[in-house]
Amino acid sequence: MKQYISNIYSALATVFIGMKITFKHLFVPAVTIQYPDVRVTLPGRVRNRLYVNMDDCIGCDQCARACPVDCISIETVKSVPGEDLGKTSNGKKKALWVTKFDIDIAKCCYCQLCVFPCPTECIYMTDVYEFSEFERENLVYSYITLTKDEVLEKKANFEKFEAEKAAQKAAPKPPAPEKPAPPQA
Amino acid sequence: MIFDYISSFLGAIPAAVIAGLVPMVFIIPFALFAVYWERKVSAHMQDRLGPMRVGYHGFLQTIADILKLIQKEDIVASAADKPLFNIAPVLTFTGSYAAFAAIPFSSAYIGANIDLGVLYIIGVSGLVVAGLLMAGWASNNKYSLLGAMRSAAQIVSYEIPTVIVILTLFSMVGTLNLYELSELQSSNMFNWMIFGGTVTGWKKIVLIPLMFAAFLIIYLTTLAEVNRTPFDIPEAESELVSGYHTEYSGMKFAMFFLAEYANMFAVSAIVTSLFLGGYHSPFGYLGNTIGITWLVPIEQFFWFAFKGIALVTVQMWLRWTLPRLRVDQLMVVCWKYLIPLSFLIFLIVSLLMVL
Repeated sequence: MKQYISNIYSALATVFIGMKITFKHLFVPAVTIQYPDVRVTLPGRVRNRLYVNMDDCIGCDQCARACPVDCISIETVKSVPGEDLGKTSNGKKKALWVTKFDIDIAKCCYCQLCVFPCPTECIYMTDVYEFSEFERENLVYSYITLTKDEVLEKKANFEKFEAEKAAQKAAPKPPAPEKPAPPQA
Repeated sequence: MIFDYISSFLGAIPAAVIAGLVPMVFIIPFALFAVYWERKVSAHMQDRLGPMRVGYHGFLQTIADILKLIQKEDIVASAADKPLFNIAPVLTFTGSYAAFAAIPFSSAYIGANIDLGVLYIIGVSGLVVAGLLMAGWASNNKYSLLGAMRSAAQIVSYEIPTVIVILTLFSMVGTLNLYELSELQSSNMFNWMIFGGTVTGWKKIVLIPLMFAAFLIIYLTTLAEVNRTPFDIPEAESELVSGYHTEYSGMKFAMFFLAEYANMFAVSAIVTSLFLGGYHSPFGYLGNTIGITWLVPIEQFFWFAFKGIALVTVQMWLRWTLPRLRVDQLMVVCWKYLIPLSFLIFLIVSLLMVL
């Protein structure tokens, strides 16, 4: 009987204690935020979408080699003499036309390993994290500043230069074997 | 009442249709509001915000939800018993809607002024059990059947303490007519049944704790009858995937939902009418004070809705506070605690009334 009454008491008491707690929580400000309207301030060193500042890129390919998931693909074309590519912001001379700089952000694992090798600090993580797409192809970002025509032009220029160089090499060659010839003769 | 008034100039059948549709005018906005209110209460109790996007603070969220439910495909599982499956939601809603006929919303409106009003409500609430059993059986789904069986066992056993508490009141006031019961509790807050009704002298002082206990018992048992937490094992989302309405979709699901919320208000209205003075204001009426008598029924309706919604809010509050009872605990609470206690209260109150 004593147990019976204490059961009733504890049941009622615990229910009221529980109700008191939930009632207090009615007036606690919400811990959630209204996301698209309100955004949390991100910590200073967050790692989100990559960005490449092509003005500073020298096409050294070190970021692509550092990438553990191979999401960066770079192609470069050598500049021909006489072309001025300018300098990077920390004074390095650019010598390569970057004809392809694609980052497949769908593959990117946000490890930031590509950022450290960069000699000109032109690839870095930004705080942009809202870049969902309906098509996966749209997540392949191309950063090159050259247009398609310019790329073709640079390639053609380089091939022409190579061909000229080869021609130059080939041209003095016929006399070259002649030089040792006189002693023989 | 309203039926007599309308039939005097429209004839019996249109009057019956109009009088029968009047509670619907209340239930549907109430259900829309209650769903929103439940989501908001639950959210704030969990330190969230709840619906915020549709309308001001998500106020139109439930209307958007209803629009969504209307557009949904009406899926009937191929192995389901189709006639029963289709009737079940209608029957469930009918059961909870029929209860509104005997509920006095104000002194000017009561659907049917039945002398056995309370017993009528208990009776038609039985239809809900039939509907739930049908839904569970016709769905041809293990979880649904289990949920339906549980709800049948639960509702049937929790009707006993409810009826004993009603019997206690009957022994005090000698009427089961909800309109007369409400009128008996008029003029003063301390005439409410929870404060011992119109009994005077030392008997009232003895009655007050007993009536408080009776109020708690009937509140708990009605909570169990509408399958709300902590007595929600029939629809336990986490173990039975919502029990009997697992297989329902679209508007049939909405019917169950509407029935559930209508039922919540119906039981709160019964508890209000029995214990909390029905439609009577605790402070007297503004209409009487300033001499506009037609304002009084409107005020009464406001007080009735206010008390009903307050009790519904407490139901929600309990839902987000308490964990679910196990099946054996549920039966223990009913058979070993509520029934003996309500019977004890019944005996003491009857003795007091004889003295």
